[in-house]
Amino acid sequence: MNLTLKIWRQPGPDEKGQFVNYPVSDVSPDSSFLEMMDVLNEQLVEKGDEPVAFDHDCREGICGMCSMYINGRPHGPDDAITTCQLHMRKFKDGETITIEPWRAKPFPVIKDLIVDRSSFDEIIQAGGFVSVDTGGVPDANAIPIPKIDADLAMDAAACIGCGACVAACKNASAMLFVSAKVSQFALLPQGKVEAKRRVQKMVAKMDELGFGNCTNTYACEAECPKEIKVTNIARMNREFFAAKVCAPSE
Amino acid sequence: MGKSFTQSSLTKKFVMAFAGLFLITFLFVHMGINLLVLLPSTDAFNIAAHFMGTNILIKVFEVVLFGGFFIHIIYGLILQVQNWMARPNRYKVEGWSHTSPFSKFMIHTAVIIFIFLVIHMADFYFKAKFFGGVDEVMIDGKPYHDLGALVLAKFQMIGFVIGYIVAFIILGFHLHHGFQSGFQSLGLNHSKYTPLIKSLSTLVSIVLAVGFSIIPLVIYFS
Ligand code: HEM
Ligand code: FES
Repeated sequence: MNLTLKIWRQPGPDEKGQFVNYPVSDVSPDSSFLEMMDVLNEQLVEKGDEPVAFDHDCREGICGMCSMYINGRPHGPDDAITTCQLHMRKFKDGETITIEPWRAKPFPVIKDLIVDRSSFDEIIQAGGFVSVDTGGVPDANAIPIPKIDADLAMDAAACIGCGACVAACKNASAMLFVSAKVSQFALLPQGKVEAKRRVQKMVAKMDELGFGNCTNTYACEAECPKEIKVTNIARMNREFFAAKVCAPSE
Repeated sequence: MGKSFTQSSLTKKFVMAFAGLFLITFLFVHMGINLLVLLPSTDAFNIAAHFMGTNILIKVFEVVLFGGFFIHIIYGLILQVQNWMARPNRYKVEGWSHTSPFSKFMIHTAVIIFIFLVIHMADFYFKAKFFGGVDEVMIDGKPYHDLGALVLAKFQMIGFVIGYIVAFIILGFHLHHGFQSGFQSLGLNHSKYTPLIKSLSTLVSIVLAVGFSIIPLVIYFS
């Protein structure tokens, strides 16, 4: 395959960026998108040019490091995958592929296609933890949990925090991410002690960081590599309003 | 007002959704009364309009209604401005995913509805209430504002007819997304009821758009 890549290049956080066109030739349709980027970078290095900076780590869809907004879609033209799981056969020979970084105020560009997603860490730090008893290891069967709750909690916990929801959302809202992190605890008995404070703290942090507000457009759900459902957002809303109304004020 | 900036995003969404859903109930009442104007005699419409203009309970309700509009509009604008601010650098290739096209134009449909509301208030509400300029008609020996005649006169003008219908089609777009979206904002999403609410959303938007639009059409062509 012969392709033209239109890639956002930006030397640093405070510097101006621009799109640069790179032709790549003889790309195997069986290679992954990141392998194709590796080939491009090798060519750039051989020419003495600066390689394109992009995030990646596990390259098997579990770490959530890879990002890239490809032809208008976070993680590119396929469903329920991360960029590292994207194959070149999803593109047509001769195509021009536009590659942009995630765009959101709380995700500032560090370099080229790499954005700073530590705002997600801050949201987790605000409330994404549970208290546990000290002492011996509790019996795994000691706490009964309905199967459906366990399943829903696991589904929510599948979120890898890649930020595709924010990238896809026309409002750069993080509500799918936050609601998954709220739900994975809210559904289980273990997190109950801090449930009311958790949802309020995480929502407050999300707002403070400057993420947008959900307009129930659901592009996040459509683009999420882990197929996190917007029913989690409704659950977060319920948890939040219940906490607002019922929790004792501190 | 200052508080609406410090309130959480979810609270703002809750309040705006609640106000929006409340406004929809009002629209149904308003449509019911409007349809009376199509009866052979406009007496029933004039009496209903008089009742809506003078009854003490309705007057209390009117304050709630204006509050509802005010809150919905103010919160809608604040949320929208925050949403624009959350993405200062736009994408070169805009979002591909084609979920809920109407939700992408809520602020645009909203602005058109707002312009319609302003014209509408100047034409009917303020005229009847404050400016005078509405003829009187005797029904059963009592004087009433002849708003019925005013409506009939307005809708002889093709410009009014078209403007009115366009406004209500736009309102239909606003509510096609808005009605079901309001439930999600209130936290009400359930595998059993949400499909029903989504169908109801389509139904509500069509009934309101068609119900209101029928009036100028019938008047103009009869
Ligand atoms: C009779 C008139 C109106 C009715 C019945 C109505 C109803 C609704 C409803 C039910 C929603 C969904 C709320 C949610 O999902 O949380 C909505 C959204 C919205 N409304 Fe209205 N609305 C009306 C007029 C207006 C006007 C005049 C404005 C502003 C000038 C406005 C601005 C908005 C905006 C910006 C949204 C999008 C908010 C979002 O999606 O989160 N609306 N409307
Ligand atoms: S590199 Fe780990 S998910 Fe893509």
